[in-house]
Amino acid sequence: MKTMTKLWIGLGILAIASPIGLYLPDKLKAGSAWGEWGADEMKGLIGYIPSGLEKLSSVWNAIMPDYAFKGWGGKGLGHLSFAYVISALIGIALCIGGAWLLGKFLSGKGR
Amino acid sequence: MHIPDGYLGPITCVAGYVAMVPIWAIASNKVKKTLQAKQVPLLAIGAAFSFVIMMFNVPIPGGTTGHAVGAVLVAILLGPWAATIAVSVALVIQALLFGDGGLTAIGANCFNMAFVLPFVGYAVYRTISGNSPITAMRRVVAAGIAGYIGLVTASLCAGIEFGLQPLLHHTASGQALYCPYGLKVAITAMVGEHALIFGWVELIATALVVKYLQKQEPGLLQANREVVK
Repeated sequence: MKTMTKLWIGLGILAIASPIGLYLPDKLKAGSAWGEWGADEMKGLIGYIPSGLEKLSSVWNAIMPDYAFKGWGGKGLGHLSFAYVISALIGIALCIGGAWLLGKFLSGKGR
Repeated sequence: MHIPDGYLGPITCVAGYVAMVPIWAIASNKVKKTLQAKQVPLLAIGAAFSFVIMMFNVPIPGGTTGHAVGAVLVAILLGPWAATIAVSVALVIQALLFGDGGLTAIGANCFNMAFVLPFVGYAVYRTISGNSPITAMRRVVAAGIAGYIGLVTASLCAGIEFGLQPLLHHTASGQALYCPYGLKVAITAMVGEHALIFGWVELIATALVVKYLQKQEPGLLQANREVVK
């Protein structure tokens, strides 16, 4: 098998295995990444929500927040893992599409 | 290390974009000159690899999480400017679609993870690997150390950006407007956790893939050498 083919397959394996990145933090009771707390968590940490943070934190509504479907925040690990794999596949596809187009555009103009 | 919206004040957000616009312009120019058409799929794989590897959150038990970025690996394969492009693509998609990293912080996040990380890592890789043959064990070690130092340096930059906020923006009574933690706390937390845990994940991931490619397709590791000269 060609190495490039193996690299493509490798990406697929990483996407399917991605819920490990959801499961391990959950099992080991690790919270948010440092500096990536939600506004409520921030209140728990320092007693108030900085006013600029509160205003800016809702400036953007992502389509699939936290690599899940909207409104899936309270779902179990099984559901979230499914959404995580779907997110990984969508993200990988968009990265390939985006980088491919950019690369084609740039490499084509260089000749 | 994906700084969300609301943690950086306007000055830092604008500074991030002001820094990145010329970097993106130069990167496009460099890639235009050096990227061969047959390397386009590898650039796409690089962006996708960086995207998905960042989803593997590694926990500090009872504490926070972090992850590798994969930027040094892309830099080793395609050069640091191409890595800037690939990782920026991943970061923009993460921010827009998945709310991972803020829209206002895309400049700063790209500066840390798509510029500082691959460039520092690449410099370390070149320095340590020297003129050793492409399949030398020394290059595997070099790649690993490069990944580690690159990620820790990027986390230092993020720590500085976080830590500047209470100095730049606060109310008359001293309440923070954005990130409430100062330089000492932010740098200690960011550099500490990346040096202790997450840097090692980047080290292992980078070294393992380089080791694998040495065996399977050393040509991929060679390609960028010609390009650089």
